[in-house]
Amino acid sequence: MEQELAVAEEPASPRRRRPRRRTRTVRSNLQPSLGAEDPAAGASKGERLLTRGCVQHLADNRLKTTKYTLLSFLPKNLFEQFHRLANVYFVFIALLNFVPAVNAFQPGLALAPVLFILAVTAIKDLWEDYSRHRSDHEINHLGCLVFSREEKKYVNRYWKEIRVGDFVHLRCNEIIPADILLLSSSDPDGLCHIETANLDGETNLKQRQVVRGFSELVSEFNPLTFTSVIECEKPNNDLSRFRGCIIHSNGERAGLHKENLLLRGCTIRNTEAVAGIVIYAGHETKALLNNSGPRYKRSQLERQMNCDVLWCVLLLVFMSLFSAVGHGLWVWRYQEKKALFDVPESDGSSLSPATAAVYSFLTMIIVLQVLIPVSLYVSIEIVKLCQVYFINQDIELYDEETDSQLQCRALNITEDLGQIQYIFSDKTGTLTENKMVFRRCTVSGIEYSHDANAQRLARYQEVDSEEEEVISRVGTVSQRGSIGSHQSIWITHRNQSIKTHRRTSSRAEAKRASMLSKHTAFSSPMEKDITPDPKLLEKVSECDRFLAIASHQEHPLAHLSPELSDVFDFFIALTICNTVVVTSPDQPRQKVRVRLELKSPVKTIEDFLRRFTPSRQASGYSNTGNLATNKSSHKSGSSVLSSLSQDSMLLKLEERLGQAASTLAPNGYSSQAGQAEELRYEAESPDEAALVYAARAYSCTLVHRLQNQVSVELPHLGRLTFELLHTLGFDSIRKRMSVVIRHPLTDEINVYTKGADSVVMDLLLPCSSDDTRGRHQKKIRSRTQHYLNLYAVEGLRTLCIAKRVLSKEEYACWLQGHIEAESSVNNREELLFQSAIRLETNLHLLGATGIEDRLQDGVPETIAKLRQAGLQIWVLTGDKQETAINIAYACKLLDHGEEVITLNAESQEACAALLDQCLHYVRSKGSQSSPENTESDVSMGFSFNPASTSPASGPSPSLVIDGRSLAYALEKSLEDKFLFLAKQCRSVLCCRSTPLQKSMVVKLVRSKLKAMTLAIGDGANDVSMIQVADVGVGISGQEGMQAVMASDFAVPRFRYLERLLIVHGHWCYSRLANMVLYFFYKNTMFVGLLFWFQFYCGFSASAMIDQWYLIFFNLLFSSLPQLVTGVLDKDVPANMLLKEPQLYKSGQNMEEYRPRAFWLNMVDAAFQSLVCFFIPYLAYYDSDVDVFTWGTPVTAIALLTFLLHLGIETKTWTWLNWLACGFSTFLFFSVALIYNTSCATCYPPSNPYWTMQTLLGDPLFYLTCLIAPVSALLPRLFFKALLGSLFPTQLQMGRRLAKKFPSKYTTPKETSTQAQPPGDPETAFSGRRTMGPSESLPKDRQLACSPEASGEPSALDTNMPLKDDTLLEGLGTQVPGSSVPREAVSEECPGHSNGKPTSESPAAPLSSLFNLPSFSSLNWISSLSLASGLGSVLQLSRGSLQMDKQDSPPQPDQDLRVLGRYIF
Amino acid sequence: MAMNYNAKDEVDGGPPCAPGGAAKTRRPDNTAFKQQRLPAWQPILTAGTVLPTFFIIGLIFIPIGIGIFVTSNNIREIEIDYTGTEPSSPCNKCLSPNVTSCFCTINFTLEESFEGNVFMYYGLSNFYQNHRRYVKSRDDSQLNGDPSALLNPSKECEPYRRSEDKPIAPCGAIANSMFNDTLELFLVTNESDLTLTPITLKKKGIAWWTDKNVKFRNPPGAGSLEEKFKDTTKPVNWHQPVYKLDTDEDNNGFINEDFIVWMRTAALPTFRKLYRLIERRSDLHPTLPAGQYYLNITYNYPVHSFDGRKRMILSTISWMGGKNPFLGIAYITIGSISFLLGVVLLVINHKYRNSSNTADITI
Repeated sequence: MEQELAVAEEPASPRRRRPRRRTRTVRSNLQPSLGAEDPAAGASKGERLLTRGCVQHLADNRLKTTKYTLLSFLPKNLFEQFHRLANVYFVFIALLNFVPAVNAFQPGLALAPVLFILAVTAIKDLWEDYSRHRSDHEINHLGCLVFSREEKKYVNRYWKEIRVGDFVHLRCNEIIPADILLLSSSDPDGLCHIETANLDGETNLKQRQVVRGFSELVSEFNPLTFTSVIECEKPNNDLSRFRGCIIHSNGERAGLHKENLLLRGCTIRNTEAVAGIVIYAGHETKALLNNSGPRYKRSQLERQMNCDVLWCVLLLVFMSLFSAVGHGLWVWRYQEKKALFDVPESDGSSLSPATAAVYSFLTMIIVLQVLIPVSLYVSIEIVKLCQVYFINQDIELYDEETDSQLQCRALNITEDLGQIQYIFSDKTGTLTENKMVFRRCTVSGIEYSHDANAQRLARYQEVDSEEEEVISRVGTVSQRGSIGSHQSIWITHRNQSIKTHRRTSSRAEAKRASMLSKHTAFSSPMEKDITPDPKLLEKVSECDRFLAIASHQEHPLAHLSPELSDVFDFFIALTICNTVVVTSPDQPRQKVRVRLELKSPVKTIEDFLRRFTPSRQASGYSNTGNLATNKSSHKSGSSVLSSLSQDSMLLKLEERLGQAASTLAPNGYSSQAGQAEELRYEAESPDEAALVYAARAYSCTLVHRLQNQVSVELPHLGRLTFELLHTLGFDSIRKRMSVVIRHPLTDEINVYTKGADSVVMDLLLPCSSDDTRGRHQKKIRSRTQHYLNLYAVEGLRTLCIAKRVLSKEEYACWLQGHIEAESSVNNREELLFQSAIRLETNLHLLGATGIEDRLQDGVPETIAKLRQAGLQIWVLTGDKQETAINIAYACKLLDHGEEVITLNAESQEACAALLDQCLHYVRSKGSQSSPENTESDVSMGFSFNPASTSPASGPSPSLVIDGRSLAYALEKSLEDKFLFLAKQCRSVLCCRSTPLQKSMVVKLVRSKLKAMTLAIGDGANDVSMIQVADVGVGISGQEGMQAVMASDFAVPRFRYLERLLIVHGHWCYSRLANMVLYFFYKNTMFVGLLFWFQFYCGFSASAMIDQWYLIFFNLLFSSLPQLVTGVLDKDVPANMLLKEPQLYKSGQNMEEYRPRAFWLNMVDAAFQSLVCFFIPYLAYYDSDVDVFTWGTPVTAIALLTFLLHLGIETKTWTWLNWLACGFSTFLFFSVALIYNTSCATCYPPSNPYWTMQTLLGDPLFYLTCLIAPVSALLPRLFFKALLGSLFPTQLQMGRRLAKKFPSKYTTPKETSTQAQPPGDPETAFSGRRTMGPSESLPKDRQLACSPEASGEPSALDTNMPLKDDTLLEGLGTQVPGSSVPREAVSEECPGHSNGKPTSESPAAPLSSLFNLPSFSSLNWISSLSLASGLGSVLQLSRGSLQMDKQDSPPQPDQDLRVLGRYIF
Repeated sequence: MAMNYNAKDEVDGGPPCAPGGAAKTRRPDNTAFKQQRLPAWQPILTAGTVLPTFFIIGLIFIPIGIGIFVTSNNIREIEIDYTGTEPSSPCNKCLSPNVTSCFCTINFTLEESFEGNVFMYYGLSNFYQNHRRYVKSRDDSQLNGDPSALLNPSKECEPYRRSEDKPIAPCGAIANSMFNDTLELFLVTNESDLTLTPITLKKKGIAWWTDKNVKFRNPPGAGSLEEKFKDTTKPVNWHQPVYKLDTDEDNNGFINEDFIVWMRTAALPTFRKLYRLIERRSDLHPTLPAGQYYLNITYNYPVHSFDGRKRMILSTISWMGGKNPFLGIAYITIGSISFLLGVVLLVINHKYRNSSNTADITI
């Protein structure tokens, strides 16, 4: 009784005038009586009980995810199963059989199949439910500390016993059992860190804060004295929002937000102990509300199949009707003739023909029910489960780095993967790593190019490639002995490098990470160690030194030149304008803080007035140089970092630190050099961390961040502690964030804003062009804008940094509004937004940064493959146009050889006009180039050479559209035009699109083009798109799990999409399509046998096949082989599919299962049933055979025909297939034998006793069983062979090729897995990535240089399409023993020169080859390092390259200029 | 529905990317089965690969067909239609419904003598023994001698279940419509004086052994058959009760073999049923020498009303049963077609091999 629920759902308070049920009120469970101010809760228990009775029940913390209880299982499960129409149909049929006049089988027997199906499903459900129950039980019985009223202390209780209103005490590393309002923390600042990995996969720590009003309590929090009432929203699933307020007993109100809430499933980190009150429990917690279970979608194939099932129903009705009419006529004919075989009704009267026809109709429906495949749905479900299992198990889809494999979250759309036509991809985090690396910056209009940094980045790849060379040598040696000929080597290397790449990098990183910490989110060495630009570094230290001297003057900053002041502010902004949490790796955070008088950010006006008295507080900064602050050593340390391998780097690290310490010691700055403490930065978004690391490289080190202060360490100035007044967080509408601080040096209130250049540039203080200062500012701005554009062209993410100095009055004015906004409960977000906008104006531009978001491994390759596979790829990104275009070029989405249509319209009309123009242009272009170039490769010539997409046949242009134009284009009036245009384009790039637009685009394509769509993304902004698409793929990347939660499939990286679609998708589709077709064939053929018999039994719905065979034939005898084939059949081996992605088109075009195939199949089934019926008919014509002795051979013939038919359809025969076929035959005969022996009188009307035994002694039985299946299948076999020879499909060609070169397409897998040392090199990919843009050169470059490598130029012209083979052949003969880095050879033709770096000859062709208008390739080549050997060659050709570049201006620009008028 | 709320994730607390060490990775097993790399035979259906199959089929089927054809041709068979629809037929007189017990005699000539055991069949045409309601209309328990079923036959037997308030034994339409013509065969040994030698027709051994000994049994109990069936009545169409089907105790009642044979319902509307056996005599004489025969028919069974036909068939048998020219022809035909198709494929293969080979290379 004491733990009684003292919570009520009630109108919060009358004056709020909120509808009932909008809020929930939570009170302590420990208070026997409640505050008098609360009207709803009386003092007496009875009243409370009453309240409780009438309010809505609040969930307790018991987790119950089970669907059934023991009692409810049967009815509930049956009810659910009968939602499936097919089940209802089958039950109806079975029940129909109980009507004596129409029954065909023994009534009980007729129920068997449907009961079997129901039972299988029920058992499956039961098992699932049981495992859920077990996991629930486990969770429910976890323990945690709950405050008990009787014992006046925290006692251990199970999770399930926690109620809303309980007080829970949690210690470090405990999992939070419910949604808890944080009331106290062991942390002196009332903070608490949680890790939300279980919830959203983000591993960085998030900060939570004790509810205001409680953090002030210095004494320990005592639940007994808690009398406040909490008002909050009803349970909802929004993880990022929590609103409410707490009403203290003195009537004071305080707002609550998501920073106060600890979410169930998260883990407490870095905090010793916390306590709180439970707000939502059990199923009302946000974690559980967010869990929406696996999704059920219906695949396209299934939809088509359902349509064909309907055809079958029609066929069934037709057959039954035909039979009914026939029977009516038959009865009418014999009615008057007193036929001996006529059986009158029980009363002696004979049936009228009409009644007989009706009865016959119903009976026929029962007898022919086999036509509607009972087991089809169950079989498909089983097959799909197995497919999902195999996809999950695929080792090639396993990501070593994250130790995750592909997850299939939707179980029943596997075959849709094989039919995708459009891919909609997010950019950031999907195509790119979402690992940000600081690249360059502009401060005060001066660009600092950070060349050394670029070289350093390149060096990371160099290290990798060196390692790789060693391994490839090993690989070569190990393979030379193998018979695997030259072709296999190529594949082997490729595979090896793909596999090993991840491994090496992950190993190196893991080592480092394990030294640093367990949970570091975004910190690979690449991101952390930034080489500063010397010029800028000079300026920073100058500034620093100056300030150190001037710091005691009145206005230290005033004496700095504007530029230096900007530099200083720039780095301060980089360091503090973020929400990065600083932690030290090993011990829980020790707070050595400088105590200020002020505890929290300014919250009230009085507070403000009190704090901002004119008297200057001298404690602004403290020169506490004795702290472990050898961060500056990183500067020197990282510059020392050169070509060290990553492994040895760790060893060197300490050395360097020591070194640095000793060199710095004379300056009197560094002490405690031995304590190599490294600070970790945990940021919510990776670019924040990148900026903080960048600032650290310039010795501006963020050392502390608390709720209300930020400490920055500078080498000369020492530690500056900024008082953090407000943080205005980032949101996607404002696209910026700001911090309000009080500067310790000047005591001014500064606003630092960091945000997208498009918004920040508009918010700058308008500068007059009169005075020099204004002009200077203007100049700076235009320069900065220029550099920003440059950065964007380079594919960097740009951010502008700006500053605003607030006067006290301005601040006070703003603060008032802000506090109001903050304390409001109603539309707090809206008000805060307004408030932020008020603050972020009249900014002073400091500078801009360019951050590189690196492409993920293998993205260009994957995109190229998917392209070849006939998939249209659209990239929908929120990034700005220039950045997006550049990334698109880098990942080969756009080709330099092709035209780009850019659609930037300012208005609806302009957009319409533009669309018309573009359409006109595209049409005129289309008519010039050869029509139907996409179809050409489908026909005879199986061109493995992707020539059809080569520029020769005229490339279709690409379309780039920005968000605003997209909004216009998606209007009803324009969408058709837009779609038509987009359809003509090779790829589409939508920039600056909102999540809603993304989903609208997907929806439009899906509904209007009737195309299969796949959306892939990694962030919350992709969720809507993922949900709308036919197949949603989530990337479990850096941005949490929201996309994964919404997805059907979750992949660790973008490149796995290739294998998922091209291999598994193709297989799943082909398997299921063939299985479904086979199912229809099988049933039709079987029913055909019965139907033909009707002509010889007076259409009386008699069956010659024993009812037992009839009912169990589909279920038992013939089901296993097709399941095995459906699960295991591989029409083309995986390597072949990957090698020749265009094979994927067969799925897109629905080649395997289209209406024509269905009807051909049905015709074949009819033919086969005719043969299988009439051969035994004629063989036994006018003999003394009885019905069932004749029917049994017919059944056996049918079974054998099915098996043989399946044999023709099966493409790969494993021992499992043989076993299944053997088992099927064996099962039929053994069941028949047993059945025919078991009982002499039991199975009327078929008295099958000893039938099978007799038949087995009859030669005629064997003779018919031999001839009927053979003659039934001869035509099929013949036509298959004919088609295979004369008109082979691409798939068949692929299969043949794979068979011809088995070593090439099948063995590499084995060899690579064997020859793979545990941790070998990477860089196939990074090397290739380096080459990124240059790779977009046409393929024939490989050919051009193949002769010199192969030494037999003749190979060139004869074997154009077989280029890989020839290449390798030549290679194999030429350098069998040498240690040529085959990796490079196979990847990139220029790599050949690796083998003979001395020869000058490659340079000439190379330079001409690079003579392409690739406007960014120069940048790539010059700024990124190349694989070591390659570098030297390229150096040679660089001069010419530069020349080329000058006379070939950036391609897109050119295009745009050509296209005209509306561009940029 | 928090269906997939994963307990393990919550309990283990491990983020997916926690450095799990060597012990616990999610790396799938690299086995041939899980990686779908089971060794497999991958046939590709083209003219070249398939044509051996066609030739082999042809080569196997044609000899089998010839063998069957020859065997079937060696079987002697004669079929005499005695329905009597033609006015010239001696049995024409029996068609009129007034005639009750009608006898007719048909004479025929065997051109060749029949060697070995000769089977005597009666054949019916246009008789739908496989009609659904007809097939069902029986009670196997009763026929198996179950005393309770004897007195209370299954409902399936309606309307031939009870008659005159007594249960019918055997009940049902099948039994009721039992063939009840009697056929006798005489050899005219001397043409001039018409000396008739009766041919011994064996009544027993015409039914399946299992039917006679397992499925069909007379009701148990002591006493004569008549006593065992005393509470039952004969089927409506029968002239005699079931216990008077034969004089031989071993061939009477439910285990009368004519009855058993009839109860095995024929598969197709044109069928024959074994009527008698003519066993080979031990001496060197043929079982049925060539010559003239008289077939004496006691004409009871009315088939004319529903356009049925009645036949008497005499046939020798071979290893593959009775005469059946179809199967032999079918084998030869299919074999030849297969062979022909094989040739076609051979031509195609020859003609297109070059192109397909080059296609393979250019691929």
